[in-house]
Amino acid sequence: MIVSTQKPLEQIVAALEGGSRVFIIGCAKCATVCKSGGEEEVFRMQDALTLAGKEITGTIVIDETCHMLRTARDLRSRREQVEEADFLLVLSCGAGIQSVAEAAEKKVVAGTDSKFLGNIRRFGQFEQRCSLCGDCRLNDSGGVCPVTVCAKGLLNGPCGGMEEGCCEVDRNNRCAWVTIYERLTGQERVRQLDAITPARDFALKRHPNSLKLEK
Amino acid sequence: MPSHFAHKLAADEFVITAEIAPPKGCDPAGLMRTAISLAPFVDAINITDNQGANMRMTPLVAAGMLVREGIEPIMQLTCRDRNRLALQSDLLGAAAMGVKNVLALTGDDIGCGDHRQGRAVFDLDSVLLLQTIGALNSGFDLNGAPLAGATDFLAGAAAAPEVEPFDATRPKLVKKAAAGARFFQTQAVFNPERLAYFHDAVQPLGVKVIAGILVLKSARMAEFINLNIPGLKVPLPVIERLATAADPAAEGVRIAIELALQCRSICSGIHVMAMGRYEVVPQLIAAIRS
Repeated sequence: MIVSTQKPLEQIVAALEGGSRVFIIGCAKCATVCKSGGEEEVFRMQDALTLAGKEITGTIVIDETCHMLRTARDLRSRREQVEEADFLLVLSCGAGIQSVAEAAEKKVVAGTDSKFLGNIRRFGQFEQRCSLCGDCRLNDSGGVCPVTVCAKGLLNGPCGGMEEGCCEVDRNNRCAWVTIYERLTGQERVRQLDAITPARDFALKRHPNSLKLEK
Repeated sequence: MPSHFAHKLAADEFVITAEIAPPKGCDPAGLMRTAISLAPFVDAINITDNQGANMRMTPLVAAGMLVREGIEPIMQLTCRDRNRLALQSDLLGAAAMGVKNVLALTGDDIGCGDHRQGRAVFDLDSVLLLQTIGALNSGFDLNGAPLAGATDFLAGAAAAPEVEPFDATRPKLVKKAAAGARFFQTQAVFNPERLAYFHDAVQPLGVKVIAGILVLKSARMAEFINLNIPGLKVPLPVIERLATAADPAAEGVRIAIELALQCRSICSGIHVMAMGRYEVVPQLIAAIRS
């Protein structure tokens, strides 16, 4: 899922400068799970902005704001409330915010910062394991992604900053390459690590990316 | 023609290197004064590359200026601040300036330096940088396109003999050797037994080991290093020795000399990390050579 956090209220209020009527949009998927833009957060935002002197013309929580046609359709179903508003405040990931911006002519305000593609450890705890690099190497690294879990994204082993199995960048984290080494040793295939992994092909990571499935 | 440093390593002669950081500014006078003062005592001088992710003059120019002065540099080059184009073009530039030795490094985390908001590159890592140097040495760029003239670098790499778990670092050492590293300049050694173990472990790779010797000034400095410099770990007994010494700065030199003398018989050379106290280097090297 896409992990996002809500921007501080004062930043949101500052972005709403110059208008008093706001329509608030949340997302029923990722933003709900990480509590940045679900039903509850949209409700609280409504209260907070009302206190800040804004008038809320309406709210909606769209099922997958990243779904462009659905977002456009759902906004059309609230045409009046949307039309009345000076701003559409969106509490979803950056993809969802742009679905809204494309579907409506209104000024769109992003109420969140999108952080990473996250695994869910347990309720309210998210960890980054995949950076969508476009060239998966998990088959060579015991199922631990060096591109993501190594803070430097190194492909050929730990850097000189590893200490007692911990990462140089954050001592609270285990060095990805120590984990990889231990896992491959346990699976009796540590010799895999003797082969040099070639440099990444960043051409696979150019953006804006798109994919169109064959019919 | 191979460098003086390469020649001595190949001939199994003991080598001594020291390191200097380029200036935080554009005046090279201090750098050159230090290099000229150290040159009679060492075989080559490492020029660090934005070490600790602190921005300084590029090692390419600093190393080139040493060459012009008749001093042999080992240019350190990290993958943190340059992508594969910049690394290669800097290497070609270094070769044009007469730089013959390169130490290929990953680079400290950008978050520990003075430009923490900057973007770290890591397009390549140290193993891939060594491969790149190998490619340039054979007259081709990283993508196999021919160059007008091949470089003639002696490439080296870093190693950490005392790191735990050491075994987890072994595959990368193997890869560094396979990618063309001809010498390892190690992190600071405090336990010569560990250096001996390390030396035995890498001996089959045919890579010369140059042991890092750190010159400490005080217990406070040692504690600062432990907190702030990745990969450097001063053990507690050493810190205590500095803390209780009447003259900690002199004690730091004594510790360095003791360690260097113990390491001397184990490895192919000593690399002195003076941490700015260049004036003590001649005394230290005289003791090592005695």
